[in-house]
Amino acid sequence: MILLWLLIVTIAGAVLAWVLGWWTNAASRWAALVALLVDAVLLAFAWVLPSDTWGLTLPGTWLHELKYPWIEPLGISLHVGVDGLSLLLLALTVFLGIVAVNASWTEIQDRVGAFHLSLLLTLAGTIGVFTALDLFLFYFFWELMLIPMYFLIVIWGHENRAYAAIKFFLFTQAGSLPMFVAIVVLFFIHGRATGVYSFDYQQLLGTAVPGLVGFWLMLGFFEAFAVKLPVVGLHTWLPDAHTEAPTGGSVLLAGLLLKTGAYGFLRFALPLFPADSRAIAPVAMVLGTAGILYGAFLAFAQHDAKRLVAYTSVSHLGFVLLGIYAGTSLALQGAIVILLAHGLSTGGLFFVVGALQERFHTRRLDELGGLWASTPRLGGVALFLAVASLGLPGLANFVGEFLVLMGTFSVSPALAAIGALGFLLSSVYSLWLIYRIFQGPECHLRVAPDLGLREMVVFGLIIAGIVWLGVFPQPVLDMARPQVESLLTSTAGSTTAPGR
Amino acid sequence: MTAIVPVPVGLTVAALLFCIGLIGVLVRRNIIVILLSIEMMFNACGLAFVFAGSYWLQPDGQVMYFFILTVAAAEVSVGLSLVLQMYRQFGSLDVNTINRMRG
Amino acid sequence: MLSLLWLVPALPLAGFLILVLGGKRLSHQAVSVVAVGSTGFSAIVAILVGATHFRFAPGGGAYSQTLWQWMRVGDFAPSVTLSLDALSLTMMLVVTIVGFLIHVYSTAFMAADEGYGRFFAYMNLFVASMLILVLADDLLFLYLGWEGVGLCSYLLIGFWYKDRDNVRAALKAFWVTRAGDTALAIGVFLLFTSFGTLRIHAILENVAGYPVGAPLCNVAAALLLAGAVAKSAQLPLQVWLPDAMAGPTPVSALIHAATMVTAGVYLIGRMHALFLKAPTALFIVAVIGATTLLLAAFSAVTQHDIKRILAYSTISQIGYMFLALGVGAWAAAIYHFVTHAFFKSALFLGAGVVIQALGGEHDIFRMGGLRRRLPVAFWAFMFAALTLAAVPPLTLTFNSKDLILNQVWLSGRSGAVLWALAAAGSLLTALYTFRMAFVVFLGPEQTRPMDKPPLWMLVPFAVLSLLGAVIGVPELLNALTGVKGFYYYLDSAMSGPVHEFDASVTEWVFQGIYVAISAIGIALAYVFYEHALAYVRSVTATRVGSLLHRLLFAGWGFDWLYRHLIAVPYVRVARLNRGDVVDLLYVAVAHVSRGINMLLSLTVNGNVRWYAAGVAAGAVVVLGLVVLL
Repeated sequence: MILLWLLIVTIAGAVLAWVLGWWTNAASRWAALVALLVDAVLLAFAWVLPSDTWGLTLPGTWLHELKYPWIEPLGISLHVGVDGLSLLLLALTVFLGIVAVNASWTEIQDRVGAFHLSLLLTLAGTIGVFTALDLFLFYFFWELMLIPMYFLIVIWGHENRAYAAIKFFLFTQAGSLPMFVAIVVLFFIHGRATGVYSFDYQQLLGTAVPGLVGFWLMLGFFEAFAVKLPVVGLHTWLPDAHTEAPTGGSVLLAGLLLKTGAYGFLRFALPLFPADSRAIAPVAMVLGTAGILYGAFLAFAQHDAKRLVAYTSVSHLGFVLLGIYAGTSLALQGAIVILLAHGLSTGGLFFVVGALQERFHTRRLDELGGLWASTPRLGGVALFLAVASLGLPGLANFVGEFLVLMGTFSVSPALAAIGALGFLLSSVYSLWLIYRIFQGPECHLRVAPDLGLREMVVFGLIIAGIVWLGVFPQPVLDMARPQVESLLTSTAGSTTAPGR
Repeated sequence: MTAIVPVPVGLTVAALLFCIGLIGVLVRRNIIVILLSIEMMFNACGLAFVFAGSYWLQPDGQVMYFFILTVAAAEVSVGLSLVLQMYRQFGSLDVNTINRMRG
Repeated sequence: MLSLLWLVPALPLAGFLILVLGGKRLSHQAVSVVAVGSTGFSAIVAILVGATHFRFAPGGGAYSQTLWQWMRVGDFAPSVTLSLDALSLTMMLVVTIVGFLIHVYSTAFMAADEGYGRFFAYMNLFVASMLILVLADDLLFLYLGWEGVGLCSYLLIGFWYKDRDNVRAALKAFWVTRAGDTALAIGVFLLFTSFGTLRIHAILENVAGYPVGAPLCNVAAALLLAGAVAKSAQLPLQVWLPDAMAGPTPVSALIHAATMVTAGVYLIGRMHALFLKAPTALFIVAVIGATTLLLAAFSAVTQHDIKRILAYSTISQIGYMFLALGVGAWAAAIYHFVTHAFFKSALFLGAGVVIQALGGEHDIFRMGGLRRRLPVAFWAFMFAALTLAAVPPLTLTFNSKDLILNQVWLSGRSGAVLWALAAAGSLLTALYTFRMAFVVFLGPEQTRPMDKPPLWMLVPFAVLSLLGAVIGVPELLNALTGVKGFYYYLDSAMSGPVHEFDASVTEWVFQGIYVAISAIGIALAYVFYEHALAYVRSVTATRVGSLLHRLLFAGWGFDWLYRHLIAVPYVRVARLNRGDVVDLLYVAVAHVSRGINMLLSLTVNGNVRWYAAGVAAGAVVVLGLVVLL
């Protein structure tokens, strides 16, 4: 029930913020913030409430679960549930939602109500994605995430927003369509095999899909999540969308929407098609490694600070793809940690760039420079986030990246070694960013105020989160362990798909 | 009762008439001639129906012809009044002169 | 008492946190108290812990203290564990004591700087990271310290960030060392995957079960070596250290002379059991050490920035340490590290005194005659210089460098060649050291010093200089009377092939040779730079001379090589690809759609009869399909 409340509160908050937006802008912002804080409280309850399935490692044991029949004849039900992995990602969702609202506090002055409506609807969609256990419902929320985000970019974005928004939309749609087809085909195959026509995740989990068909279905899912993650080769929507989106939108895009791709791999693509996933694992791992290097390579070349940060997402999520398909518990745990770490650090970096843009009205690296003297707090925060991003031990990103590489090393030493180059290349672009913005002779742009209390509180939370995750990652690792183990047993157990 | 004209022949004639009418619609520029060609197409359809009726030994084919004729009559009346207007407005019966659409 | 071990790195870390969170709100006074106090207390605790350990566990048995389990995923369970044995005890004491003295020095040196608080925050973080590095018993925890010192090095080299060149030097340092760190990380992967643990002691025990020359050991050792080479600025990754002199002098003293750059030496020393099973890697260590020490010494002779001379000297002296490690003389290497830490940081502090007194002048040929103006500085500098040049009997290096050279000679196979290289290096060491000393302190005065140097700069300088000399006394006693000293303490903890001369007569002969080498070097320096400077200038003016001079001055062209082989291509290709080649595919899709759109829109031409014809054609096609299928 609590999961449903999460969704309801978010959507109600969206509508309330929209309505209040006709009254005053401030009311709208506060409404959004309050809705998210209520969400946070609900989530805390969900965490703390006793659950009799806590700690079990079998798939299909959820900490909290809810199932209402919805469209009976088609076998669609309102089935939502969380386990450790989902809870972690939900926590990230709510937290980054708060960061996004905060980041947009002074930036958005125009149609504020509608902005917060879109923001909170995107969040609702994301929450739905992380909790849905019915494939149709999952797809519904998947699309729900997309449309408000499109509006966020196209209405409140920057100069090139129309191009970026449409590109984002088309890419994601083109990716999702094969997944939809795969869902429907799976529905039919399962129905024909067992006589039960259902979209329910639990029911579909054990479906025996004949060889080649299974491979294509897996590819359908793979493609949707590959566009979202993004996997290198399908990533070109990301820089444009991230750069042109408003700060709050970028925080959500980078911090959350990309994670839905990874979540999709972990929750759907791998468990539903274990044998086929193992078949494609080498390709996926190579793509992941390529992403690590190529993303870093591209990031360094950018003139636009926001675009630079956007490309770092491609690089970091390359680690995630590598970790997911390496298939060892170390690598999987590392991938999950990276999801959280990346959400925090990159969300923070987008906030920094947004703050820069608000103050100096430019994102171009050749126009900024030497800003440490005038905005030392901003500089300090940016330096910390850049250092986290390059993978300094003791901070969150290192834990994830190191675990992934360590886990990959036992499967493919070569790929792990090449992936380790990511450490070097990430330090190149991170410190380059700091160099061009905060160091060197001072650029003579306007005099601007340093970070205020509101911003420092949010940054403080982000920094605390990164440090905590870096030094005490064990709680997170423990929380994700049941899922990881069930994933490993399901992929290890199936050697060949029947009919192959 | 055996048909005096075999059905396939009749249907072929109807088809031919239809094609001639179609080509006329597409090719001719004079609006009256286009209307005429449309009439020809109508009649071709009617002929096809009559022959079909004779094949099935039902009167329905000939009944359909009544319907078609009615439709044709209505269409011609409306069409001719539009032609009159066209002549009054544009001073010509050439369809290319009233082509205002650019696509 | 031993359980207080965790305080040693924790105190500077706490200092860092206080300084960062306090920020501009803390007064100068408060910052000094926090920074110097934390390192001071850390040093006191270190001494107490060290003394306790020394009494309790002679021979250097290890004491371990686990603070918490960092993470656990299956077998992979790195823990935050500190361990104390003879090696880490030595390093800890050096780091804390030298760190404390340099902090005191910095309160005077950086007094007028507006980034005072920031400076000490970074310095404290550095000391904490370095202590973690040397005390860690878990490879991952060591890696944390390793990267931490790299970060602080970057922050401190680029401390005066308003000047682009400083930041560039900092970036260069970080990137070059990061390349080594990557190799080290891969080495850690390999070690964990092979041994299932990251605890250093456990790994070293497991390694004992492998045959000498096992490929696993060679590869792992090579990877660790790559990391060490980068961090310790040895060939071929030494290019960052001379430029790192862009940082404030105390930074150069602490990080780039005494501590961080010796992290590589520490790593190899700590993992010596692994290296013993990897003779190829070990040999490479020796070769790298020997070549580096010689090449760097050559470069040092040509420099005229006082700090760059000292930087190349550091590279060269660490080369000696690598050479010692390479022949298995672990204790000798660490011993040399200890003495080097003291006298090199002393030299740097002295350089700082001179630089500040002359208002920021770095060029030695614009200094001169400072003996009279800065007497204390002169004597302390001379003392340290004598130590560096290895002049007996009191100066320590005589014994540590002498030990290394002896061990190299006795190490068999290529020992003689390496010995020759090292001995040539000694000559050059004496030469460049006294070239520097004579030019700066003797001769005619070029620039007038402005003020007397502050007391708190002179005191640490003098103390370090003295320490450098005095710490060798036990070894001198050992040489004369056979009393076991520091060296044997180290040696007992890190057992390696210890060679002894067959007869003590041979030993004294060798020592005589070493004395002679140093003396010749000093004499040459005196002759050339006090009396025959014009002759020197004329030599460098000739075609060959100037070419050679330029080559040596530029550090044998490694910078040029890396810039043209790696940096420039990377930047060029990256900039070329700024728009992302992959995007072209999708832009092409957009273009194709637009093209098709343009083609198809030709059919929407407003001509009704075209439309009608289209309908007719379509109908024909459909009918045809129906008929056919």
